[in-house]
Amino acid sequence: MGARRPDRRNFLKGSAAMAGGLTLGAVEPVLGQTAAPGGFIKGNEELVLYGERSRHVTSLRMAHPPNGRPSPDAYGKYFHIAAPLQDSVGTITPSSLHFVGTTRGSFIPDIDPKEHRLMIHGMVDRPLTFTVEDLKRLPSETRPHFIECAGNRSRPQYKTVQETHGMTSCAEWTGVPLSLLLKEAGVKDSAPWIVCEGEEEVKGASSIPMEKAMDDCLVAYGMNGEAVRPQNGFPLRLLVPGFEGIFNTKYLRRIKVVDRYYMTYNDYGHLNRRDDEVGAALGMLIGPKSVITFPSGGQQLPERGFYEVSGLAWSGGGAISRVEISTDGGRRWEDAAIQGTAHPMSHTRFSYQWTWDGQETELLSRSTDDTGQVQPTRAQIAEFFGERVDDESFRVRGMDNSVQPWRIASDGSVHNAIT
Amino acid sequence: MPLLRLLALFMFLGSTAVAQSPTYGVGSTPSEEEIRAWDIAISPTGEELPPGRGTSQEGELVYRRQCASCHGVDGEGAGAPRLVKRDEAQVDPWDYGRILAIRSPYATGVWDYINRGMPVNREGTLTADQVYALTAYLLYLNDVISEDDVVDDQNLAKIEMPNRNNFADLPDWKRGMQRFPGYPF
Repeated sequence: MGARRPDRRNFLKGSAAMAGGLTLGAVEPVLGQTAAPGGFIKGNEELVLYGERSRHVTSLRMAHPPNGRPSPDAYGKYFHIAAPLQDSVGTITPSSLHFVGTTRGSFIPDIDPKEHRLMIHGMVDRPLTFTVEDLKRLPSETRPHFIECAGNRSRPQYKTVQETHGMTSCAEWTGVPLSLLLKEAGVKDSAPWIVCEGEEEVKGASSIPMEKAMDDCLVAYGMNGEAVRPQNGFPLRLLVPGFEGIFNTKYLRRIKVVDRYYMTYNDYGHLNRRDDEVGAALGMLIGPKSVITFPSGGQQLPERGFYEVSGLAWSGGGAISRVEISTDGGRRWEDAAIQGTAHPMSHTRFSYQWTWDGQETELLSRSTDDTGQVQPTRAQIAEFFGERVDDESFRVRGMDNSVQPWRIASDGSVHNAIT
Repeated sequence: MPLLRLLALFMFLGSTAVAQSPTYGVGSTPSEEEIRAWDIAISPTGEELPPGRGTSQEGELVYRRQCASCHGVDGEGAGAPRLVKRDEAQVDPWDYGRILAIRSPYATGVWDYINRGMPVNREGTLTADQVYALTAYLLYLNDVISEDDVVDDQNLAKIEMPNRNNFADLPDWKRGMQRFPGYPF
């Protein structure tokens, strides 16, 4: 070990990148080593302790819908905030860019995790209360899951994919399976529903079928490798994979096992008229869906030639099994490549190698999930219900999972082609 | 056969007993008082309702002080949503629109919503009697009950709401099911 002492000059050269600006002034410049063109990022305590992205990366969330109604409270400005999918790569949405939906105003409770409790009671053998530390002692699971807001609906006046699809995001969630907690409390055999409630000022509550609660729901304390962010439910969020966003209860503090559908605070928003069972069903679960994020509305292709078309696919029914692309407005479809593993109820990245000939055309994607459901065009949905897609009154029922067309103009500009 | 059946019964009882005992023993037991304090989601049966009572006249007084500035003097809506149905009569009560005290299938839902979420920024400050009174006032304004009716924890769940049987059931969720039978998308 270390027979020869490293030459001081070489040592400094090797460590200059690591030490950054701190040592530069103290030694003579090494030949051939010049500062980066833009200079160096000055180190400070904040950056050392908790990093941040380059100042040249400016991707931001935005209010949803665009020009949406501001929140009545002084705390947050908007009810809903959409993720910048046009800049996304891979499948995980960074926590800082994850979409946010609120039931009423952007109140964010400032919860001390040491004081927070999760209570499970109702039709159980043993009511139980857990601290966050209690939960962290129990067997955990880590899985990627998307959450999507029911308002994630493309409209003709929306220009970018952030506006048309930004109310979905995907994070890696870590927590305790809800089934484990329910078994620990001992659910009575006949209990068909649970009511899940948050700690925020309105204590938003949703009814969830027991079959789902015992399947794959997760009481999450972790999000993308750290604690769940306050805007996403710190310290505990219930994940109900594939169900409409509002079921994924933030600030989870109470689960009551009950004998019926409770029709409580959040459930009221799901009400459909007696004769619209299909609307109720399509509003509860998210169908197979996909969208091309590059090239997408508002972007610009600089010239004809090669481009990797890239996008996201997901489904509330399971894992994505197939994604197809059309580069000619839907006449011919070809398989896109699925990148990595397609996880159940998770964003899945797809790509397709395309050479643009400079002619105006339309790009579309459609996904299929492992239950065999296929993402429809708006025309297919209209036809199924015996409606006309060009009618003013036509509206996709429930969660909108229709195909998103992007028109590439001959000047390379990209536009929302929904009419 | 009887022996086999008996054996099956023992196996069933055995497995049930195992499944119902806690595996990890983590967590603590909440007291009855702690449970009652948090048990605020009101069933259509009204079983969680706290004792209390109120009339529409009492409710009107609370409404003027605590609600009118956002919901309008006569519940016609202002910064916050409209609370009273419009004058034109509808054959189907659904068509009065999304007005809580007429759309909600259960009167307990009206009580729950006010108790849980109102007034904005002062949630949890209304007494149980005030919530009963406000519920009575909104139900009276929407012609569900009479002006002098007393609403309390015993009769609230029995009030027949116009949309009581007028909403669609959610599907029975099963892993791997299609969103709606016969719908391929």
